[in-house]
Amino acid sequence: MDQQKSNRPLSPHLQVYKLPLNAVASIAHRITGVILSIGLLLFAGSLLALASGAEAYAVMQNILHHALGTLVLWLFIFALFFHLCHGVRHLIWDAGSGFEREHMDRNIYIELIAAVILTVISFFLI
Amino acid sequence: MVEFALPKNSVLKKGNFFSAPEHARHIKQFQVYRWDPESGENPRIDTYEIDLDDCGPMVLDAIIKIKNDIDSTLTFRRSCREGICGSCAMNINGKNTLACINAIEDYPGTIKIFPLPHLEVIKDLVGDMSHFFAQYASIKPWIETQTPAPADMERLQSKEDRQKLDGYYECILCACCSTSCPSYWWNSDRFLGPAVLLQAYRWLADSRDENAGERLDDLEDPFKLYRCHTIMNCTDTCPKNLNPAKAIAEIKKMLLIRQQG
Repeated sequence: MDQQKSNRPLSPHLQVYKLPLNAVASIAHRITGVILSIGLLLFAGSLLALASGAEAYAVMQNILHHALGTLVLWLFIFALFFHLCHGVRHLIWDAGSGFEREHMDRNIYIELIAAVILTVISFFLI
Repeated sequence: MVEFALPKNSVLKKGNFFSAPEHARHIKQFQVYRWDPESGENPRIDTYEIDLDDCGPMVLDAIIKIKNDIDSTLTFRRSCREGICGSCAMNINGKNTLACINAIEDYPGTIKIFPLPHLEVIKDLVGDMSHFFAQYASIKPWIETQTPAPADMERLQSKEDRQKLDGYYECILCACCSTSCPSYWWNSDRFLGPAVLLQAYRWLADSRDENAGERLDDLEDPFKLYRCHTIMNCTDTCPKNLNPAKAIAEIKKMLLIRQQG
């Protein structure tokens, strides 16, 4: 019996589960969190470049003005705003509201649209 | 522990194909997870073609038809066939639900049926629920009192207090929510999971229970309660339309309020 028990397979989980939008947002919240941590290192690097004098500053400027550098920067800013918006949602959840089943998908769209709007606003401010 | 891939002995193989009778006009394909503990082989997916003109309307009807008419070795739990016993909880087309209250015609194309996710499989669609029910027992799902019982009557409850249990007492412990929760997949050894936490809140919210303090002490734990990261798969999947995520938030709120004295 014991041997039979240890032979038991584990039923499929991630392989078969169709994650609802909310779960995808939750994973995205984690991934953007990791991206932000890495981005913080890059940000610290750019501050270092700023402090190390004109030459290093010019190199940093070159990187940031390169198409790829600009793309990374904007992805970082979008990640920041998405993480912020989902974080606000966590605050609302922690206060005990925003759990309505029928609004779950709608709330994700609000989050995403808010993150896009904030990114666009920063584009015009920068 | 987080492990995305299935262990070696759980990886799926292709299985058998059972075609519909020749005269059938409305054919629906069902792909069903099969594992036989006596075969020593890996689980497989068997495909059954069913004549819908000769089958009841619900997914459970199709599974019963497979067992009765096509392949009697198929094993699954079922009892009430009306969504109140919670036995036929399974993963249908990627979502946990009760087979008895979902109509076949609501699923386009092939219907894929798996046991509830991330459980040890006993046979076919039957997962091992012993850990789940042990966790349920651990939250003491009964009224605990300090005061002596009233002499000539039951412990009464006002209508308003009774209403506080709405949305919680209806839980049938089918485990659809707990087995939909990624946190429960990775940490079920210590995380209680949505179903059991909803039940825990049901007793915290009961005006007749006098043991809230001790109940909250038990729950104040980084794993038992706080592995909930509001992923909300539980609320999304609950076949009774309940809201375990909200119940968990209520417990977290109670703990916070208690902390602030």
